[in-house]
Amino acid sequence: MNYLDNFILIVLPYVALATFLIGSIYRYTSRKFQVSSLSSQFLEGKKLFMGSVPFHWGIVFIFLGHLIAFTIPKGVLAWNSQPVRLMVLEITAFIFGISMLVGLINLFIRRYTTPRLKYVTNKMDFAIYILLILQTFAGLWIAYNFRWGSSWFSTLLTPYLYSIFKFQPDITAVALLPWTVKLHIMGAYLIIGILPFSRLIHMLVLPLNYIWRPYQQVMWNWDKDKVRSSKSPWSVHRPKNT
Amino acid sequence: MDIRSQIAMVFHLDKCIGCHTCSIACKNIWTDRKGAEYMWWNNVETKPGTGYPSKWEDQGIYKGGWEKNKDGNINLKGAGKRRGLTNIFYNPNLPVIDDYYEPFTYKYLDLIESPEKDDQPTARPVSLITGKPIDIKMGPNWDDDLSGTPDYARNDPNFKNISPEEKEVMFQLEKMAFFYLPRICNHCLNPACVASCPSGAIYKRGEDGVVLINQEVCRAWRMCVTACPYKKSYYNWHTGKSEKCILCYPRMEAGLAPACMHSCVGRIRYLGVLLYDASKIEETAKADEKDLIQKQLDIILNPFDENVIREAKKNGVADSTIHAAQNSPIYRFVKEWKLALPLHPEFRTLPMLFYVPPLLPVMATVKKTDNAEQQDKMHPIAKKWEDNWLYDTSTKELWGTLDQIRFPLKYIANLFSAGDEELIKEKWKKLMAVRIHRRKVTVGDISDEKVTETLRDANMTAEEADAIYALTSLPKFEERFVIPAAHREQAIEMMDFTGDTKGGTGFGIKKPVVRGI
Ligand code: SF4
Ligand code: SF4
Repeated sequence: MNYLDNFILIVLPYVALATFLIGSIYRYTSRKFQVSSLSSQFLEGKKLFMGSVPFHWGIVFIFLGHLIAFTIPKGVLAWNSQPVRLMVLEITAFIFGISMLVGLINLFIRRYTTPRLKYVTNKMDFAIYILLILQTFAGLWIAYNFRWGSSWFSTLLTPYLYSIFKFQPDITAVALLPWTVKLHIMGAYLIIGILPFSRLIHMLVLPLNYIWRPYQQVMWNWDKDKVRSSKSPWSVHRPKNT
Repeated sequence: MDIRSQIAMVFHLDKCIGCHTCSIACKNIWTDRKGAEYMWWNNVETKPGTGYPSKWEDQGIYKGGWEKNKDGNINLKGAGKRRGLTNIFYNPNLPVIDDYYEPFTYKYLDLIESPEKDDQPTARPVSLITGKPIDIKMGPNWDDDLSGTPDYARNDPNFKNISPEEKEVMFQLEKMAFFYLPRICNHCLNPACVASCPSGAIYKRGEDGVVLINQEVCRAWRMCVTACPYKKSYYNWHTGKSEKCILCYPRMEAGLAPACMHSCVGRIRYLGVLLYDASKIEETAKADEKDLIQKQLDIILNPFDENVIREAKKNGVADSTIHAAQNSPIYRFVKEWKLALPLHPEFRTLPMLFYVPPLLPVMATVKKTDNAEQQDKMHPIAKKWEDNWLYDTSTKELWGTLDQIRFPLKYIANLFSAGDEELIKEKWKKLMAVRIHRRKVTVGDISDEKVTETLRDANMTAEEADAIYALTSLPKFEERFVIPAAHREQAIEMMDFTGDTKGGTGFGIKKPVVRGI
């Protein structure tokens, strides 16, 4: 058991983080053409709605929930100090989880029952569907059976995750958690690890820049002011296009 | 003033013969690839018709282009910051492949490899997406030359505001008329595609105004497909990237005309530079619908004006470009002669492709004649004339029929002038006047008074009519396409030391060549 714990809780996170970092940077810099959400709406535009929308909004909020418990555990605990608020938080999160699962199942069915989609689906897509469905199911299972997740995440898992990031992994508390929770943790690492090698990479290129950029974009090939005039000598400084 | 140069185009619709050579030239060079089979960056539609993709002009369905809201600002109708980002997981206004057509080929090999049988082997159609046999429901130009009229021509979105009676008249067999509408990306001044792209992958080139999609930055958020009201941004379902007409920029940089224009059989296409004031784009796009066209013309500047030349130079517009602008056939058609109009200006993208509205199919009326005398002269085995209808192209009738035209004026106005019928009439009068003037010069069967009167009515001089005639009927290649030098050398000078570039091995290595360690 100990070996397995060490592997899942210590080795795996480092391997996953390393592949995540190196893989994403490599893909973003050297395989840029392949960074795309690979939307299939153009080939099937009806069934997608009941899959993509609940799934994405579900995962956005679930992901933010985990992120908040990770970054400000004290805040979460303070919020949870009143039972009503705790209930509100847990129930909302659970609903988003259900929405995610329903969306995923719809997406899965859509992808494997629409003939055209077979030709834009690869093995990695299948792998991430299975991984995400299991992961979501495990998450819901845990939320239902081991209450209240938002509180014990903040007290147990956040310190563990910090210890990982500080390169002093401390798994004493986490190792005592039920195996379903460990499975959920393992699933998370796996997803992070394969993210750069799948279409999931699109979540890293979320177009937030759009919010503040002006609508129109003009690009200049050359800037007259910066072109060397024939009268001036070569400069040591290499001019750069803006 | 912020003067920039723009490559603009004029298509002379009276000259288009609907041969689709332009579409094929483009397809062979750019879109003969997996995922792009269904794309026609250049397509030629029959009007009236639903076009490609089906009913693209109906923004009630596709939500393309800009719309003016109550406070006088313009918003993207189906995309934009709020709508685009909240609909990013599912775009409710995205056309799907069936709105274009499912690409297909035929199993030609079956014709050769089939064993000997009682029946002829056939080449079955197979889908280019699934590779499986399909029943072809729709294909490129399915509605060419008014075929399938009940399904296509009658559903043309430009029939809005046209009474059912008028519409019926158009579809009476003996009166039926149509024309061709070749379309490419308009390389707009206020492009909706650029504005809608969440990743910022689409941009307008500063030097020549060509609108391009950076394939490395596109992430398949597919908002441009919705936003372009002309549906000229296409989603490649295989690569997961959007693509659009690039105006053959690699050819243009080498001084060649874009392939569709170069190959145009009817020689309907003109390409040249316009100088415009970029600081007025926003104001122009926001104009009231009735002023839109005038404002769009106003933004285009006179390349002979001293002031304009000085400001342009200050802004880095090269001398060669200014020179090209002075010789631009586009400037003459659009500004000097005021003959060409943008397609659907009400979409507010300020398109830079202008059309000379078609006159011939509209004007040529049919009249009843008696063919008996002619028939008798024919050899007994010759095919007899069965109907008694004849096209009437006599000048008197032509001129007299402006109000009895076969196409409701409103229809053409819905296409080219946001519904302004007077504007279309004005163009037609000019086109007619050129014809009448030239008829007098070449045939001489029209009186001087009549010619003077028509020219005056069209607000035109005889010299102008001759110039229009020359550029319409006799232009040489260099007169149709006035392409400015691209000045790549300056770009290279700025990015690299030319010394370094010279030392590079070329052939695709863009970075300086450095010895390994
Ligand atoms: S026609 Fe469409 S794709 Fe072309 S520049 Fe205008 S908005 Fe963009
Ligand atoms: S090649 Fe020219 S004449 Fe032929 S369809 Fe195209 S635009 Fe018309």
